Amino acid sequence: MMSEMLSKLQYYFTYPFVRYAVVVGLLIALCSSLLGVTLVLKRFSFIGDGLSHVAFGAMSVAAVVGVTNNMYLILPVTVISAILLLRTGQNTKIKGDAAVAMISVGALAIGYMLMNLFPTSSNISADVCSTLFGSTSILTLKITDVWLCIAMAVIVIAVFIIFYNKIFAVTFDENFSKATGIKADGYNLLIAVITAFIIVLAMNLVGSLLISALIIFPALSAMRLFRSFRGVIICSAIISVVCAAVGIILSILFSTPVGSTIVSADIAVFLVFWLVSAITGRSKS
Amino acid sequence: MAKQIICENAALGYEGGIVTENLNFTVNSGDYLCILGENGSGKSTLIKALLGLKPQVSGKIEWCDGFKATEIGYLPQQTPVQRDFPASVREIVISGCLSKTGFRPFYNKEEKALAANTMEQLGIADLAKRCYRELSGGQQQRVLLARALCATRKMLLLDEPVTGLDPKAQADLYELIAKLNKEGITIIMVSHDVSALKYADHILHIGKKQLFFGDKDKYLNSKTGKAFLESEEHDDE
Repeated sequence: MMSEMLSKLQYYFTYPFVRYAVVVGLLIALCSSLLGVTLVLKRFSFIGDGLSHVAFGAMSVAAVVGVTNNMYLILPVTVISAILLLRTGQNTKIKGDAAVAMISVGALAIGYMLMNLFPTSSNISADVCSTLFGSTSILTLKITDVWLCIAMAVIVIAVFIIFYNKIFAVTFDENFSKATGIKADGYNLLIAVITAFIIVLAMNLVGSLLISALIIFPALSAMRLFRSFRGVIICSAIISVVCAAVGIILSILFSTPVGSTIVSADIAVFLVFWLVSAITGRSKS
Repeated sequence: MAKQIICENAALGYEGGIVTENLNFTVNSGDYLCILGENGSGKSTLIKALLGLKPQVSGKIEWCDGFKATEIGYLPQQTPVQRDFPASVREIVISGCLSKTGFRPFYNKEEKALAANTMEQLGIADLAKRCYRELSGGQQQRVLLARALCATRKMLLLDEPVTGLDPKAQADLYELIAKLNKEGITIIMVSHDVSALKYADHILHIGKKQLFFGDKDKYLNSKTGKAFLESEEHDDE
């Protein structure tokens, strides 16, 4: 049984598109988990969801208009929405929540309507389903897509490491940071823009409905057990990468959808961490 | 004594509404100023103005003799986000050094030493690796105080620092702040609580406009002061 699975995997890995999918999947998982901790702690867990719906709307507009590479439309639209949403800030939380909800469902509705009014293929529901829940597009990546993804991932990781201490300070206490002359608004903007990049990237992997799972589950799991910010970040990155790897392999072996398999792995890890913390009583506050 | 902040005829507020006005006071180096006021009297607006985060509507607020608004060590009220924030004490304390790093991405040796020394000074060195959310309220305030001291040694601005602490922890925190004041750090404490008066040497009482500014002894004998003390005693009953 085991050897049968291994040979099946080996067989799949001889195809370059499978290798591309694994590389891209792991990078996306790594990036999203880094930012996830900050977004969860800033009470912006839902922003991933909101932005991904915006990206969905932008994607359908791009399809209708017939833009050759839909990235040119989706990325700027998502970045601008991210800036608008995060700018509402910590101090106006209720308004922020409402803004996210409004923009996300609005974009979803309009996107779906456009796809129906101007169908680009005969099977609309399959199109919609694959954009929402992650498609096989992860398995149709070209080598240029892979390089683009690697470049974006390197940028995200580099920015995160360079600004790590600043991101920590702004996440923990925006008012104190501002008082000592840190440009907190600038860093919030940076966080918003990176979030938008990650979401557009991650749409290929898990689809727009499941992106927030990729962002928040590793962070929440890590926060069950770890007591320092650095510990939480590192643990969440490891969880995310491991879950993505396991999810991709399982989805190849059992022909399950990639996105939901990865998210299921994340949920399983969360449950384990939650149980461990409940038993040892570690994260009691 | 060097003047650090001068406030002349300042009016504070939001767009379309003035919260408090006629503010006239000076803060000198080494002062212990207590700012009193009812809820909604513009205390938090005044804090933002003193920190240079929100300009006054009219009048003048000046930071003098090379003293800058960013050199005020600020101890904000705790937010719900912070109460369950996964961070070690050391990580939080050293984040006070951030304004010193400029474009440098990481902390250098001096900043790490400063954080360690400050934790030693405030008696929280043994907590360095503990998680912030697992500490008692008094310990958490010491951590935030250490962070503020990493940022500056000139002035501390404390916003209702003893809120939610038990009486013993309150007394300890007041002692600690008084000790820092004796070491030469200017203290501005915002409070609605009479117990804060014990260590202060100057009082600023604000309402819709400035009600009192001057020495504590004069305040205690003034109409405003007596009325405030009586209303507080009433509250306690």
